[in-house]
Amino acid sequence: MNLTTALARLLIFPGLLFAVPAAWFFLWVERKSVAMMQQRIGPPFMQPFFDFIKLLGKTPPGRSGIDGLLMRAWPLLAVAAAAGAVGLLPVLPSSGGFAGDLILLLALLELPSICIIAAGFSSGSLFGEIGSAREAVLTVSYNIVFLLAIVSIAASQHTFRLEALAQLPASPLRYLALLAILVCIPAKLHINPFSLPNAEQEIYSGPLTEYAGPELAMWELSHGLEWVATVGLVATLAVPHITLWWFGAAIFVVLSFAIVLLLSVLAAATARLAIDTTVRFYWQCTLVFAVVLISSALFMRVRS
Amino acid sequence: MNLWNRLMCYSRRHSPWLFHMNTGSCNGCDIELVASLTPRYDAEQLGVRLEGSPRHADILCITGPVTRTSVQAVRTVYGQVCGPKAVVAIGSCPATTNVFIDSRVLAGPLNRHVPVDVFVPGCPPRPDAILQGVAKAAEILAERGNHPLADQEKQP
Repeated sequence: MNLTTALARLLIFPGLLFAVPAAWFFLWVERKSVAMMQQRIGPPFMQPFFDFIKLLGKTPPGRSGIDGLLMRAWPLLAVAAAAGAVGLLPVLPSSGGFAGDLILLLALLELPSICIIAAGFSSGSLFGEIGSAREAVLTVSYNIVFLLAIVSIAASQHTFRLEALAQLPASPLRYLALLAILVCIPAKLHINPFSLPNAEQEIYSGPLTEYAGPELAMWELSHGLEWVATVGLVATLAVPHITLWWFGAAIFVVLSFAIVLLLSVLAAATARLAIDTTVRFYWQCTLVFAVVLISSALFMRVRS
Repeated sequence: MNLWNRLMCYSRRHSPWLFHMNTGSCNGCDIELVASLTPRYDAEQLGVRLEGSPRHADILCITGPVTRTSVQAVRTVYGQVCGPKAVVAIGSCPATTNVFIDSRVLAGPLNRHVPVDVFVPGCPPRPDAILQGVAKAAEILAERGNHPLADQEKQP
């Protein structure tokens, strides 16, 4: 991958130019489908865009010193990391990529969570600190399963290169691993029943309590980009390899949409769990899943 | 007005985020405000979102007759909301202190402490009335955004 294709992927497709409208669209689909399940009309199509523009136009509170600088930097870092993660997705076949880009993608997907944890602590708000602590506990819990599932896919197919993974024929192990990843995504995206860190009304707004105006707009955007990146990762790994690139891209879009709808149904149908229940769920119930996955991946590797 | 300002004005009108504050209300207006956000009245059509933090909000919804102990809290929360902002006083209590008038524990009505843009009278007001008040406040907010100095002039 040379510099031009890398920049084109980061800035145009599937990077910022595609991902930002997609992020708003996903956020709208989530809110609208929850509204329709509750038999109401719900927000207009452009709602996330209006929210973003409005937040950009608000006067931010004055911040000084190193804390103020950090509070402005965290949301930008989160947006950059999420956009980079989207840019790495191998949506188009033969789009380049490099050996080990799966590891970079995982690191970039983790960065927004780490930014949120740091943001809550550097805001100095009590509710921010509670939210950050919850986010940290949640990250440690679901990431075991999330990372083991992805590593087991990569290990069973002998490559850490996303494009190669997307093109290899899928094994039953991969679908099992995708199921494990799907279980982790609600926690990663902070939607019900795992909306613990930003638990609205319960601990004000969690780590983002002190953020306002353009900073909050960046947080909203990074949240939307996280949606695109995680849903896109599942979609790329699940889509069978097709030689017609436009057909592949269409399947990718449809599958992403279906996953967003599935997550919205889950969010609308459940209530928020307590933190200890959530941790127990990930450490006791889904860890078995992860152990089965990684051991069968190693077994496949030894046998082949 | 150039294109960006027009877009900003439109966005402000279509995305009012609320922060709900109780200053000693009997809870009657509070449940009516919550009712206006429920599926039956569906405030989300107007882009309304109930926010947990005053930092995120555009419109401050205040209920209650403003007791002496809550005056400082009202001022603090009003200061925390980033401009442009609007205040909606829900119910008769913040407008006139209602049946609690002349009580020694009150420091109301509300407009002695913060500038109020929309009064929604009623004891309690109906959810439709609250939604109308919020929509009106969103229009005021959108206009105010183009004249940022108007905020400071109104300070009591």
